[in-house]
Amino acid sequence: MTTTAPPAPRTTRAAPARTGRVTNRRSERFACGMLMGPFFVLFVAVFLIPVATVVWLSFFSDDQPGLGFGPESSVFVGLRSYLAVLSDPTFLGGLGTVVLYCLSYLPLMVVGALVLALLLDSGVVRLRAWAQLVLFLPHAVPGIIAAIIWLYLYTPGLSPVVELLGKADVTVDFLGVHAVLPSIVNIALWSNLGYNMVIFYAALQAVPRQVLEAAVIDGAGPVRTALRIKTPLVRPSIVMVAMFTLIWALQLFTEPMLLSQSTPMISSRFSPSMYIYDAAFTRNNYGLAAAASVILLICTIALSYGVTRWSNRGGNREEAIR
Amino acid sequence: MTDVPAALRPRLLGRTTVNVVVAVAVLYTLLPVLWLVLAASKDRDALFGSEVLSLTEFSFGQNLRDLFGMDGGIYGRWYANSLLYAVVGAAISAVVSVGCGYAFDKYRFRHKEKLFGLLLAAVMVPQTVLALPLYLIASGTGLVNTFWSVFIPVLFNPFGVYLGRIFSQGYVPNEVLEAARMDGASELTTYVRVSLRMMGPGLVTIFLFQLTAIWNNFFLPMVMLSDQKLYPVSLGLYTWNSSATVSPEYYPVVIMGSLLAVLPLIIAFVLLQRFWRSGLTAGAVK
Repeated sequence: MTTTAPPAPRTTRAAPARTGRVTNRRSERFACGMLMGPFFVLFVAVFLIPVATVVWLSFFSDDQPGLGFGPESSVFVGLRSYLAVLSDPTFLGGLGTVVLYCLSYLPLMVVGALVLALLLDSGVVRLRAWAQLVLFLPHAVPGIIAAIIWLYLYTPGLSPVVELLGKADVTVDFLGVHAVLPSIVNIALWSNLGYNMVIFYAALQAVPRQVLEAAVIDGAGPVRTALRIKTPLVRPSIVMVAMFTLIWALQLFTEPMLLSQSTPMISSRFSPSMYIYDAAFTRNNYGLAAAASVILLICTIALSYGVTRWSNRGGNREEAIR
Repeated sequence: MTDVPAALRPRLLGRTTVNVVVAVAVLYTLLPVLWLVLAASKDRDALFGSEVLSLTEFSFGQNLRDLFGMDGGIYGRWYANSLLYAVVGAAISAVVSVGCGYAFDKYRFRHKEKLFGLLLAAVMVPQTVLALPLYLIASGTGLVNTFWSVFIPVLFNPFGVYLGRIFSQGYVPNEVLEAARMDGASELTTYVRVSLRMMGPGLVTIFLFQLTAIWNNFFLPMVMLSDQKLYPVSLGLYTWNSSATVSPEYYPVVIMGSLLAVLPLIIAFVLLQRFWRSGLTAGAVK
């Protein structure tokens, strides 16, 4: 790892006058500002101000939406918008949908990607590099196009899958009331499985060979090594993948938005993100949309915090065992 | 694979199972894309007759002509927009992010780690939360429904700064900077001439991931744009797909349009494998 500026030069450089160091400091500060400036302008303009705006908006009710933002056209309503959102059954329903979605999607994704990575790391897979590349490719397929492809594969008359199942006397309505959520999970899995598999595989490659040799000497077989040695060693990657998967899952929007064009089972407030979109741009109720946004934001932060805490606790327990 | 101890390689039965499971996963990944390719070469009747697998009615060229003729050839326009948003946006974004990550790694200043933490927290904030305020700010400044309303927000990539810092740690030794300073090179000259070159692969990785993110961008354009001429491909295909539910002649063009929209990224990822693999490693291991 790199260390911060070595202290040694200070003694050797003591002679060449003080001014040299001062100009150095100044030019360093200038360079630092030049390098960080553009990013922080963006940070303020498209992140900090919007976040502050959305929090501000959530406490106001805009009587004439469309006139822009600012206090002159708004009335302070305190927590009224929050109460309205939290007592709205369609919002709570959407939240419930996303919880259900996360509960099925997260374990499938993490376990699936990890198993594939472990299999590819086992050293017996033929054409390993090719398999890996193919599995990764859906990452290059935009979410909306993945949703289009699968929507057509779910649509009777268009889909060879539905027809094949029909020939086997199985009728599945992929866009029906019970199947629609699993159908969305499937689209998300297809899109992201390979990407996360590559992350796990990269982490597995970093497992030291000596550790694996020690496992062999201790008589562990390939399965045991994979589950008891390799998996705990890639724990940081598992936590990272779980966290990003969760953050993305909470934003569920693109897939249901597209599927809603073809099935009545997806309402315009199917997920919290769709609720925000509907409140802001269909109903023009900015206060309500802002409050829903803040609630979604708080849920995201709380969950990320929870995952981090949980992973730290697990890590400590492992330390204790050692 | 030579670095797996022989005793850890599964026996014959296990070996078969492993290969079968991987093969199933590969088929699961590949078949929908294969369907897209086959469906793109079918006319509408064959499409709805589910005769996708037969190669008799081949109308790839016709579909291609239909695609670029539909609605006054607007697809070409969408495609050019997407390229502009994604390629130029990702290039600027990558340079900005890498510069910032580099500064975080090489310079010392007050509250550095706190600032970095704040920046990482930004990664967690959902796009959908930022869309409404961004829309209101854009309409307040008259930028709504313009190129800039979609282009500016996508330049912001905090994860790119995180990766940039890691790449800077890994690729640019501090001794090199010390040497350059001794030679009297200014900090910025050193950055452009020496450090940026050493971080080349990292820069490509960050560019590639931001390219994907912008090419995938759907929510923001949907909120910001009402002029179809400014649409990226993703939003255009979404609009066409909603038309298809009423008038089925849109199905073949949506399918063909999807196929063409997938190609540039797949080509980019296949050609630049070396870079993104190392990028993912850096993100995952550290």
